[in-house]
Amino acid sequence: MGAFLSYTVIGIFTGAAYAIAASGLVLTYNTTRVFNIAHGAFGMVFAFVFWDFSQSKHLPGWLSLLLVLLLVAPLVGLFVQRVIARGLGSAPVGVSLVVTVGMLVALIGVAEQIWPPAARSMPQFFNGKVLQLGSVSITYHELLTIVLSGVVAGGLYLFLNRTRLGTAMRASVDNPDLLRLYGGRPQIVAAVSWAVGMSLAALAGILLTPVIGLQYYQLTLLVISAYAAAMLGRLTNLPMTFVGALVLGLLQSYAVGYLPSTGNLAGIRSAMPTLFLFAVVILIPQAPLRIGQVKGLIAAPVPGLRKSLAWGVVFLVVAALLATSLSETNQLLFGTALAYSIVMLSLVLLTGYGGYVSLAQFSLAGVGAVAYARLDQPNLVGVLLAALITAAVGALVATAVLRLTGLYLALATLAFAELMDQLIFGEPFAFGVNGSLDAKRMSLAGLHLSGSGGYTVAMAIIFVVIALVVLALRRGPLGRVLIATRDSQAACGTLGLDLRWFRLGLFALSAFIAGIAGALFAGLRQTIGPIDFQFFNSLLLVLAAVVFGVTTVTGSLLGGLFLMYLPVAQSNHPGIAGLLFMVLGLGAVALGRDPNGLANRLFGLGNRYLHPLPSGSLTRWLPRPPRRAARREHAEHLEHLEPEALEAEGGAIVVSPQR
Amino acid sequence: MRSLSLLSVEDVTVQFGGVTAVNSASFEVEPAAVTGLIGPNGAGKTTCFNVITGLQRPTHGRVVFDGHDITRAPVNRRARRGIGRTFQRLEAFGSLTVRENVRVALDIHHGRHWRKSTDQAADFLLREVGVAEYADARADSIPTGTARLLELARALACGPRLLLLDEPSSGLDETETKAFGELLLSLTKRGVTILMVEHDMDLVMGVCSALHVLDFGSVIASGSPAEIRANPEVQRAYLGAEAAA
Repeated sequence: MGAFLSYTVIGIFTGAAYAIAASGLVLTYNTTRVFNIAHGAFGMVFAFVFWDFSQSKHLPGWLSLLLVLLLVAPLVGLFVQRVIARGLGSAPVGVSLVVTVGMLVALIGVAEQIWPPAARSMPQFFNGKVLQLGSVSITYHELLTIVLSGVVAGGLYLFLNRTRLGTAMRASVDNPDLLRLYGGRPQIVAAVSWAVGMSLAALAGILLTPVIGLQYYQLTLLVISAYAAAMLGRLTNLPMTFVGALVLGLLQSYAVGYLPSTGNLAGIRSAMPTLFLFAVVILIPQAPLRIGQVKGLIAAPVPGLRKSLAWGVVFLVVAALLATSLSETNQLLFGTALAYSIVMLSLVLLTGYGGYVSLAQFSLAGVGAVAYARLDQPNLVGVLLAALITAAVGALVATAVLRLTGLYLALATLAFAELMDQLIFGEPFAFGVNGSLDAKRMSLAGLHLSGSGGYTVAMAIIFVVIALVVLALRRGPLGRVLIATRDSQAACGTLGLDLRWFRLGLFALSAFIAGIAGALFAGLRQTIGPIDFQFFNSLLLVLAAVVFGVTTVTGSLLGGLFLMYLPVAQSNHPGIAGLLFMVLGLGAVALGRDPNGLANRLFGLGNRYLHPLPSGSLTRWLPRPPRRAARREHAEHLEHLEPEALEAEGGAIVVSPQR
Repeated sequence: MRSLSLLSVEDVTVQFGGVTAVNSASFEVEPAAVTGLIGPNGAGKTTCFNVITGLQRPTHGRVVFDGHDITRAPVNRRARRGIGRTFQRLEAFGSLTVRENVRVALDIHHGRHWRKSTDQAADFLLREVGVAEYADARADSIPTGTARLLELARALACGPRLLLLDEPSSGLDETETKAFGELLLSLTKRGVTILMVEHDMDLVMGVCSALHVLDFGSVIASGSPAEIRANPEVQRAYLGAEAAA
């Protein structure tokens, strides 16, 4: 009984900290429509700042806490709202996801850069003094956390219901334009909600650090627990969020107490938030179709069949020359880049054309790799079978979240990736007992590709084939419908498209491509382990895809090369390892609003210099430099229009009931 | 009378939190004719459309289409039964061309029969509604009125039996509106049933054979255009400004 009570106390403490984190998440999401995946990462960085103040600079604990909560965190929140998150709420969900994932990675980079890896300890508040209540002991730190979560709950309630600003915040959830019309200021509302949200992230991070340690990743993943709790309130309901947080904290604590710490069930203890999340996601009711067209998406040029074939051949010749002249080490690196590029092609279909964000592509590639190694069929059939298995897993994930869209879908893939890391990839049946699994190089058309050079050329051929297929799909009905679903879900539904099954098929297809990449990667490396397919890699993948261009094959290739080079550069120059994360993360923040990325800008440059006057169907969508004649023509056109027609052209709906 | 109607909305109520957008509204739509759904802004007309097409679950009530209760059917299944619509706030596929917009509709419609869409079929529909000259323009670059016609062409691509048009004439000039009215009548001659939300009273009175008037979410009158024009309650609620002028 005493043990049970102790676990209950720990559970309530954990739940209280989750509740604080989750309420910040819910607050920001509801007032600005931006789901901040970097919420936990911010908590992590603020915990480091707090450690810096209190342990390194030796400021008193209470002063450090006040400085972080009332000065640093709100200022950072204001900065994020002003500079990064502005207008993000009305952008497509994919954009806000990418931008916040970019912040997450950049923040890990910031932390690594300022506070390089070292053992750091952070004492509990009140020096870990313990209150003895009968057989149960409870530390003052735990008590403080529980009290503070109550204060946060009460404070938020009073703030949202009893103050003008709080009422305005609740109003801005429904309609920021209307709020502006009635004299409210959505910008101020957004600024306050970001500032308060950041303070809450900081508080949760600081309170949890003495228990889970001052580390980059674990605190960052706090967002999953917070998100799981918030899901119980469908990301909008604060009281339900608190209930969810408490239930989750208790479940986790009891799992630690009563589930075996060895054997198959061991992983469940750490995976509890993710499992909880999955359960809630599956039980949540159907989300209605979004009405409202997505604006401002510029399509990247899609090359015709002849042009893509020509470039494919050029690429193969270059790849063959490279593969045969490089050293063995560099051949392996080039092959790795190709495998990553193929994973990126799976995102071109899913994210580039379809607008769905998956944060689990590397986990899927891992499934393909394990399947290929376990099937022990070192030929094309083995690769295809592995890809089919991966497609089935992808379809399964999509089935679980069939009824959800956009944000929920992306977060479900994040949960899936975490589950794979915690429950599956560590098991002997996946990567073996030591976490390393051997795979054989395949034979292609009777040719055993044992040398890295030949194998790399084969990978290049497969990359080109998949790229051609993806481009062909884009030019055909599937590509058109994909883009249509991205632009307007409601219209697609009313035209008779079953979006749920369409999405399922799309996920499966994307997983299939990721599975091929995983299988090829396994054969290339010949030894693979869970570390190759970690969840965090999927985040880097999405960012690199967006930075280099998630709508084009060129972008995939560049992104694959970059992703291969990133760890190489980091191990060669450990001093700037964090800086590289920052560059990638901030690059995604900067380019997140333009999914065509650097690749498309490259095309733009090329076209401007190679063909000064763009013409023909391929260049139709490229931004054209305004020419004087065109400007004059436009001005004359405007003069001839009636004012009412002008208004109509501007997109306003002219309603004149008194006509 | 009841057996003749293609669509009947029965006692439908929609509440958003504490706000009642539609308040136990009932009305019928007869086949192969244009029926008008009119009323002041915010009367619940678009919400009714959303309920009929499945984008909004009613809090209470039933929607019956061609003898089938479709209240709980998902959006796409209603479309397959033959309900098509256009939107008040445009839902054109902005990053595709006008022609591709129609081809998407054809793709979705034909995909079930393993048939392919063609540019010719798309262009035919675009000519039909009179926007063929914009075929190669990006759909987010065309004028509002044209985009509404594009949405009509897109809906027609799925071969609908019932068309819901939400303020189709706004953004059209006088000549275009006239041509549009004739297009609607020619569609009804081919057996298409049309339910239309519209503010242009000349158009409504010209093409509709029956009208339903919504005010504050309730149907306050139903009847022929002449009856509606003479109805004192309608004049007070809706045509008041015009009648006084």
